[in-house]
Amino acid sequence: MDKNTSVLIVDDYKTMLRIIRNLLKQLDFENVEEATDGAEALAKMRAGNFGLVISDWNMAPMTGLDLLKEVRADARLKSTPFIMITAESKTENVIAAKAAGVSNYIVKPFNAETLRGKIEKVMANA
Amino acid sequence: MPDGSAPHGAEATAEGQRIESAVRAVLGSMSGDLTVVEAALLAELEGLGRTVARAKQEIASLKVDDITLSHIPSATDELDAIVDHTAQATNEILDVCETLEGVATRIGGPEAEALGNAVTRIYEACSFQDITGQRIGKVVTALKAIEARVDQVVSRFGAVSGHAASGESAAAPVDPDETEGRRLAHGPQLPGAGVSQADIDKLLADFD
Repeated sequence: MDKNTSVLIVDDYKTMLRIIRNLLKQLDFENVEEATDGAEALAKMRAGNFGLVISDWNMAPMTGLDLLKEVRADARLKSTPFIMITAESKTENVIAAKAAGVSNYIVKPFNAETLRGKIEKVMANA
Repeated sequence: MPDGSAPHGAEATAEGQRIESAVRAVLGSMSGDLTVVEAALLAELEGLGRTVARAKQEIASLKVDDITLSHIPSATDELDAIVDHTAQATNEILDVCETLEGVATRIGGPEAEALGNAVTRIYEACSFQDITGQRIGKVVTALKAIEARVDQVVSRFGAVSGHAASGESAAAPVDPDETEGRRLAHGPQLPGAGVSQADIDKLLADFD
C-alpha cells in the first residue's frame, strides 16, 4: 500500500471529514484533500491527480453515486479506486453502487480496521 | 367559506338547513308512501349528513396556524440546534484527540500505542454524530410533510390556514431531473432494517 498516494475524501459533514482524515493519518496517509460534495470533488479530481477517493453518498448538489458515475465515465479518471462510506445500507444502494463501478463499500458507522482493510484491498487491485 | 374563516354559529346552522332541504328534496321526489326501510335509510342519511357537517366544522376550527406557524418551525429549529450542538461537542472531542496524538508521538513506546488505540476508538465513536445528524434530518423532513398534509386537509374544509383548497394530490411532485443517486438517498436505516457490513461484503463478492 503506497502511503504517498494522494487521497480525496468527500463528505458534507465537516466532522466526518476530520475523522476520516485523522484515521488516514494513523494509517500514514498524509497527502489528503477534502471536498464537501460530488461536484467539488469532481472539479478537484479533474484538476489534480488522486490515487484514491473515499466518498459519502448523500450530499447535495451532487451525490456520491453521481460522482462515481462521472468518474467512471471520464477517460482519465475512470480507473481511480473509489470507496463509498455511507449510512445508506439498503441492498438496492449497494447494488446500484456496484453497478456504477464502486471499488468497495463501507457502511457507517464503521471502525478503523474496516477502513484499513478496504483501503488495502482496493489499493492492491489498483 | 367565502372569507376563508371557520364555519361557526349562523354558518353551521345554514349547513344544517342545507342538509335538511336536501333530505326534503329526496322525500319530495319519491312517489307514494315510504316503506319502513326507506324511511330508516333517509333518517340514517340525514344523521350522516349532520355528522359530516359537524366534522367539517370541527376540522375547520382547529388552530392549524399554531401548528404550521409555531409548533413545527419551533420543533425543526430545536432539532437543528441539537445537530449544531452535537457537532460542536464532537469537534471539541476531536481537538482533544489530536492533542493526545501529539502527546503519544512525544512519549513513544507501549504507552503511546495504548493512547493511539484509545484515540482510534474515540474517532470511531464520534462518527455517530454524522448518523445522528442524518437521522434528525429525516425527522425534520417528516415534520414538514406532516405540516403540509395538515395544511392541505384543513384548507379543503375552508379553514384558517390561508391556503385555498386546491384539490391537488398530497403526493410529492416528481422531479424529472432527479438522479439515481438522489432517488436512492434514503439516509440511515433503523437497526435491523439495513444490511450489515458483512452482508455488503458478501454481496460485493457475489459480483466478482
